[in-house]
Amino acid sequence: MRRYFGRKLLIYGLTFFVAATINWMIPRFMPGDPVQSLLSRHQVAPEAVPHLIAYYNALFGLDQPLWQQYLNFWGSLLNGDLGRSVYQSGRPVTEVILAALPYTLGLLIPAILLSWWAGNKFGAIAARRRYLDNAVLPIGYILSAAPYMWLAIMVAWILGSVLRIFPISGGYSYALEPSLTWAFAVDLFAHWVMPFLSLFMVMFGGWAIGMRNMIIYELDADYSRYLDALGAPSGLVRRYAFRNAVLPQVTGLALQLGVIVAGALVTEIVFSYPGLGKLLLAAVQNEDYFLLQGIFLFVIIGTLIANFLVDIAYVLLDPRTRVGMSGGSA
Amino acid sequence: MTALAGPIPKAGESVGRAREVRYFVLRSRKILISAVILAVFLVLAVLGPALRPGDPNAFVGPLGAPPSSEWWFGTTTFGQDVFAQFLYGLGSTFLVGLAGGGIAALIGVTVGFVAGYRGGITDEVLNMLTNIVLVIPTIALLVVVTAFFKARGIVVEAAFIGLTSWPWAARAIRAQTFSLNAREFVDLARISGVPSWRVIFGEIAPNMSSYLFMTFILLFGGSILIAASLDFIGLGPTAGVSLGLMMYNSVAWSALQLGMWWWFVPPGVAITAIVGALYVMNVGLDEIFNPRLRES
Repeated sequence: MRRYFGRKLLIYGLTFFVAATINWMIPRFMPGDPVQSLLSRHQVAPEAVPHLIAYYNALFGLDQPLWQQYLNFWGSLLNGDLGRSVYQSGRPVTEVILAALPYTLGLLIPAILLSWWAGNKFGAIAARRRYLDNAVLPIGYILSAAPYMWLAIMVAWILGSVLRIFPISGGYSYALEPSLTWAFAVDLFAHWVMPFLSLFMVMFGGWAIGMRNMIIYELDADYSRYLDALGAPSGLVRRYAFRNAVLPQVTGLALQLGVIVAGALVTEIVFSYPGLGKLLLAAVQNEDYFLLQGIFLFVIIGTLIANFLVDIAYVLLDPRTRVGMSGGSA
Repeated sequence: MTALAGPIPKAGESVGRAREVRYFVLRSRKILISAVILAVFLVLAVLGPALRPGDPNAFVGPLGAPPSSEWWFGTTTFGQDVFAQFLYGLGSTFLVGLAGGGIAALIGVTVGFVAGYRGGITDEVLNMLTNIVLVIPTIALLVVVTAFFKARGIVVEAAFIGLTSWPWAARAIRAQTFSLNAREFVDLARISGVPSWRVIFGEIAPNMSSYLFMTFILLFGGSILIAASLDFIGLGPTAGVSLGLMMYNSVAWSALQLGMWWWFVPPGVAITAIVGALYVMNVGLDEIFNPRLRES
C-alpha cells in the first residue's frame, strides 16, 4: 500500500512539475511577444514604446538569462505569487482566483458526488428491470453525448427564460450585497440550482450507463452464476455484483475529472456564474495572460487533489490494494 | 463501413468472418440507426456549400427573424443566416472529429503498441508519460496553449486536441497488446526473426482491429465535444464557423434572454446527435465483435 501511494504521489508530483513548466514555457517560446501585445492593446505614444518595453521586461524579469527566469518563476510560485491580473486593474491573481473558487467548488463537488451516487444506484436498478432499461439507455446516451454547455443552455432557456422559475445569470442578484442573511442565502440558492442541475444531468447519464453495463457484465460472471446455482438469494448476488461493478466506476471518476472540469467551466459561462469559468472567459477576452495561467495552475492542482482523493477511496473500497496485491490500477 | 471487415481476408476462415460481421451489422438496429443519423449529417455537411453558397457570416437577412420558409433556421441578431452557419459548422465539426480523433488514435496506438510490446524500461517511461498527460485536464492545457496563438484554424485546433486526448487510448491498447503478447503465435513470429514492427502490424494489430476501430470512434466523438467546449470559451477558430462558435455567439448576444431558440437549439442538437450516434454505434459494434453481449 505504501508502494501504491508512493507511486501515485510520484506521478502527481511529476505532473505538477510538468504542468508548471509548460505554464512557464508557453508565453516565452510561443510566436508573438506578450509585452508587445500588452502595449498594442493600450494606445501609447510611439516615442514611449521603447521605454515601456524596457520597463515591462525588467518588471517581468524577461531581461535575465532563461535559467534565472525559470528559478525566479518557481520561487514566486512557491510563495503563492502568480503575478497580477491586468483586467482586474492589477489585483494579485491569487486573490482574484480565490474569490471565484468557492462558487466553482460549490457547484462541482455536490454535482459530482450526487450524480455519481444517483447514477450508480439508478444504473444498477435499470440493469434488472427491462422497462426501465429501455428508457434509461436512450436517455442516458443522449445526456452523455450532449455538450455540457448546450444542456446548460437548454436548462436556462426552458426553466429560466420560458417558465421563469430561476434567475438565468449571475451568482446572486445585483440588488443584494453578500451577507449572512436568509434573503441572501435563498437568492444564492436560486442562482445555484440551474447550473447544478445541468452539470448533474450530463454526468448522471454517463454513470447510469456505465453502471448498468457493469452490473450486466458482473451478473454474467462465474462467481455470480455459481452463487445462483447454489441457490443464494438474488439480493445477495446483486450485492456482490454491485461491489465489483463499483470499482471501475471509481476509476472512471478519476478518468472523467478533466471532462467534468471542462464541463463546469463552460456551464458557468452559460449562466455567468461567478466562478473560475467566467473568470477564464474574461481572461481570454481581455488577453490577461497572468490570470489565464493562474487559473490553469489552480485547475491542475485541484484535479491532482481530486485524483488523490479518488485513489484513497479506491483503497477503501478494494481490499486487494490494501494487502499489496494487484488490482489498483486507478 | 468497409473498415469493419478488418484486414483483407486471406483464407476461407477470414471470408467467413467478414460475412459474419456483415450479417450482424445489417441486423443490428443500433448500428443501422446510428449510421443513418451520421450519414444524414455528413451529406448535409458535404452539400452545405452548394445549398447555401457564399460567406455564412454575411449579413443577408432581417434581424433576429424566427424560422420561416425563406430562412429555415431563422436569422441571428445581426441578420446572419443560421441555416448557412449550421451547414458550414457541421463541416468543421466532422473535420475536427476526423483530424483530432485521427491524430489522437495514431499517437495512442503507437504509444500503446510500443509500450505493450517492448515492456521493461520503455514501458515504464511511456506509461509515466501517459499517466502525466492523463491527469492534466485536457481543456486546461488547450486553453493555455491556444490562448497564445493569434490566428487559429480548425486544423490547428484539431491538432492540439489530438495531441492531448490520446492517453486513455494508449493505456487501453497497451493492456490489449500485453495480453496478445503472451500468445504462442506472437512468440512464434518473434523467435523466427520477424522484425518488431511486422510482429506488431502483422500479428498483433489484426487481432485487435475491431478494438482499434472502436477506439477511433470514441476519440472521434470526444474530439467533437472538446472542440465545442474550446469554441465556447472563445478559443475556437478565429475565422470561419463552427457549431460551438454558434452557441458562444448566441449566449454572448443574449439569445437566451430574448428567447431566440432557433439560434442555439440546432447546433446543440447536431452535436448531440452525432456524438450520440457514434456512442451507440460503438455499443453496436461491441455486440458484434463480442458475441457474449449480443441481444438474444
